Amino acid sequence: MSRLASHAGTASPFSRRSFLVASGAAGVAFGFSRVLAAIDPSVPGSVPAAATGPLFEPTIWFGIDAAGIVTVNIIRAEMGQHVGTALARILADELEADWDKVRIVHVDSDPKWGLMVTGGSWSVWQTFPVFSQAGAAGRIALIEAGAKLMGANPANCTAKGGAVHAGGRSMSYGDIAKSGSVARQFTPDELKALPIKPVKDRRLIGRETHGLDIDAKTNGTAIYGIDAKLPGMVYARPKLPPTRNGSKVVSVDDAAAKKVKGYLRYLVLDDPSDTVPGWVMVIASSYYAALKATDLLEVTWTTGPGADMTEASLQDHARALVAKADGGIQLDIADDDSTPNFGAAAASTIEQIYTTATVLHFQLEPLNALAFEKDGVFEIHTGNQWQSLILPTLAKALAVPETKVVLRSYLLGGGFGRRLNGDYTIPAALATKALGRPVKMILTREDDARFDSVRSPSVQRLRMQFDGSGQIQTMEHHACAGWPTQVIAGPTLLAKTKKGGQYDPFAIAGADHWYDVGHQKVRAVANDLANATFRPGWLRSVGPGWTNWALESFMDEAAHHTKTDPVAFRLKLLSGEGRNAGSAPNAVGGALRQAEMVRQAATKAGWGRPLPADTGLGMATSFGQERDMPTWVACVAQVHVDRASGIVRVEKLTLTVDAGTIVDPDGALAQVQGGALWGLSMALHEGTEFAAGQVKDTNLNTYTPLRIADVPELDISFADSAEVPVGLGEPATTVVGPAIGNAIYAATGARLRHIPITPAAVLAALRAR
Amino acid sequence: MTSFTINGRTVTTDLDDDTPLLWVIRDHIGLTGTKFGCGIGMCGACTVHVGGRATRSCITPLAAVEGAAVTTIEGLDPASNHPLQQAWRALQVPQCGYCQSGQIMQAAAMLQDFPAPSDAEIDAVMTGSLCRCMTYVRIRAAIKQAAAEMGAKP
Repeated sequence: MSRLASHAGTASPFSRRSFLVASGAAGVAFGFSRVLAAIDPSVPGSVPAAATGPLFEPTIWFGIDAAGIVTVNIIRAEMGQHVGTALARILADELEADWDKVRIVHVDSDPKWGLMVTGGSWSVWQTFPVFSQAGAAGRIALIEAGAKLMGANPANCTAKGGAVHAGGRSMSYGDIAKSGSVARQFTPDELKALPIKPVKDRRLIGRETHGLDIDAKTNGTAIYGIDAKLPGMVYARPKLPPTRNGSKVVSVDDAAAKKVKGYLRYLVLDDPSDTVPGWVMVIASSYYAALKATDLLEVTWTTGPGADMTEASLQDHARALVAKADGGIQLDIADDDSTPNFGAAAASTIEQIYTTATVLHFQLEPLNALAFEKDGVFEIHTGNQWQSLILPTLAKALAVPETKVVLRSYLLGGGFGRRLNGDYTIPAALATKALGRPVKMILTREDDARFDSVRSPSVQRLRMQFDGSGQIQTMEHHACAGWPTQVIAGPTLLAKTKKGGQYDPFAIAGADHWYDVGHQKVRAVANDLANATFRPGWLRSVGPGWTNWALESFMDEAAHHTKTDPVAFRLKLLSGEGRNAGSAPNAVGGALRQAEMVRQAATKAGWGRPLPADTGLGMATSFGQERDMPTWVACVAQVHVDRASGIVRVEKLTLTVDAGTIVDPDGALAQVQGGALWGLSMALHEGTEFAAGQVKDTNLNTYTPLRIADVPELDISFADSAEVPVGLGEPATTVVGPAIGNAIYAATGARLRHIPITPAAVLAALRAR
Repeated sequence: MTSFTINGRTVTTDLDDDTPLLWVIRDHIGLTGTKFGCGIGMCGACTVHVGGRATRSCITPLAAVEGAAVTTIEGLDPASNHPLQQAWRALQVPQCGYCQSGQIMQAAAMLQDFPAPSDAEIDAVMTGSLCRCMTYVRIRAAIKQAAAEMGAKP
């Protein structure tokens, strides 16, 4: 098939339809332009202000202009975390800047920024040292320059409030920048060696502040990817093929589509990157025309793998894989990797299977991208979480060098990991290349759901053996799911074991827990059927979203098996010994910090107190996303179970969080509130299944995330800590599901081993008792 | 031709009668504070006021607003200082913010019917507005704060 198989539509591309707006209407015009090179989310319209006078830029991370405005360059995506605010405060604190003069700019995908990814709850953790040192460098350079300008000895100067002070005199950063006399540059090694302030001297970190992106999100002036537009652009909506992979277009009939006013043509995409095989783009002069014409376009395809796949087939396959002794990759948990002789010398054993359903991201802003070519460079205007991952794919799809592609950042109407996979930029880019004009592609909600990189369904098998005294001798955790990193990011980002085995670390993290369980075996198994049927995604908390469901449900079962209180059981195993002692810099204190969160959550929730009938408390805990960057979390859920209907009502969630240093306290609280409620939503309210190779639920008529009426009371507290700041976007998500499941058991004795937990499943579990 | 007012200004268009009001507002008038979320009236991101009533613009055909007064988030208050907007800022409600125009417009219409809404009334009305970031705790608190502020005024 030719690169550009298409037929002209009947309407002319730019038949501008009559649209009159009474005079005096500001900013109201057909075809007005809104493309942004970079965004400042604190100003209406997001256009960053130009610098005044000479700019002092001691590192690439910020500049100070003659008016004293400090502009901090943010390479992370703003998707609701107020990430620019938190990161800028790290830098501004060391810089001794006047916070009122700090601005943030979310930058483009210039290679000078290095790896651009916003995920894994990494942003603050990764940026803290870099921005601390950048701020310190600026402060040192400004003190030196200010001292010189004031004729003072730098040793007698201090910096505070955006000015250098020498005895009774002072000079503002703006005036120093205006002088143009600061030329100090720092090498990377010099930067790394710069001392960071002691905790007691911090002025911004840990103090309450106002998110810089918030105000524009209350008056309609915040600009998201879907709001980007250019005069002369055409609108596009894809006609999605029957399978995610391997579909090929056989024929296209646009006779009916041609009757839609504004329909221009269709395009069968030829994609050298194989990101969107079998896609047909419908091009129109308005989005509504593209929407209608796509529905009317008749396309036939040959299908790729998985056309008849069902959720049951995927899960049966996973069940078979975890039941087999071989296959998959055994993680390096201990120096001794011999396989224990399970059950041989045990006084007792327990074994259970836990499953989780397919979950949609359902970020509220449907996927979209504006693409156009300007001076030989393809520009993609959209919200994205992993620019560095998709740029090479864009270059391949467009058959141009990476230097000829740039992504420009907009606010994200939700990320949650969906926009880590930038696959949606490819069809817009291919269409603009084929048409030679700007293309604005928007997916409908149903398109978005069908094209989602869903959270893979999972099956896990956990086993434990005990000696005669109830001591755990051995624990095994076998987890099977689609592997997002393998499918989307490729082999180079997989983790390697000492024996050379490659696995997706994000699909098994969480199973390598901090409990002392004797001989521990963790095995990660890729569900190859899932990998072939769809493109598994990273969804808020990724692997721990399923591993912690299994682990913490199983720990509860193990506690009851040994007739031990579930809190006492966990505290005993979180001894902080051996491999679980923790180490500097990120995991100082190790499992003892997790134990402390468990203890505090139990106390705050009134663990052990008498409760009304059919009401129970359940405990679950987590170390967040990765052993290398643990965020210690515990959660107690209080639930009531209606035995007649099977409806579970979550009355209260008590969460305790130790994330080390908290940079932006209110932003941190918001992340834990949102993360916990995501956990609740996935535990009780949302989930879909594959049927005929596609997700069954594509919109809110049948996909039912948590709404305001089902929000329980939340009691959230943070440990007061000066340790390394770690992640907060995800860790609270993974404790809520198992806490609810364990609370249902406490309330009724019914054990649930699949999420989402439906009333029907609760009734069945009650009957099975 | 269809005529209506948007944020007090008269607009006249010959777009097809079945064009959803959402796309008229976003793509033809150019006001992008009103958002596209689900297209079936079930997320609330596209909520505007038509004749003062909260209306899902994604399922409202253009013909239905002939002669009507349409208000979007940009026109809720001349200085974007409606008590709800003040409360939303004070309590730092938005996370990604994509649903918040619709949340605020829905809440503003609700406060006309229920000036001091109970939790049950908030549940009943606001459950139609999905917040994927799950800012619900703050939405509820901000509505109550704004209602108190509005009620305190003579």
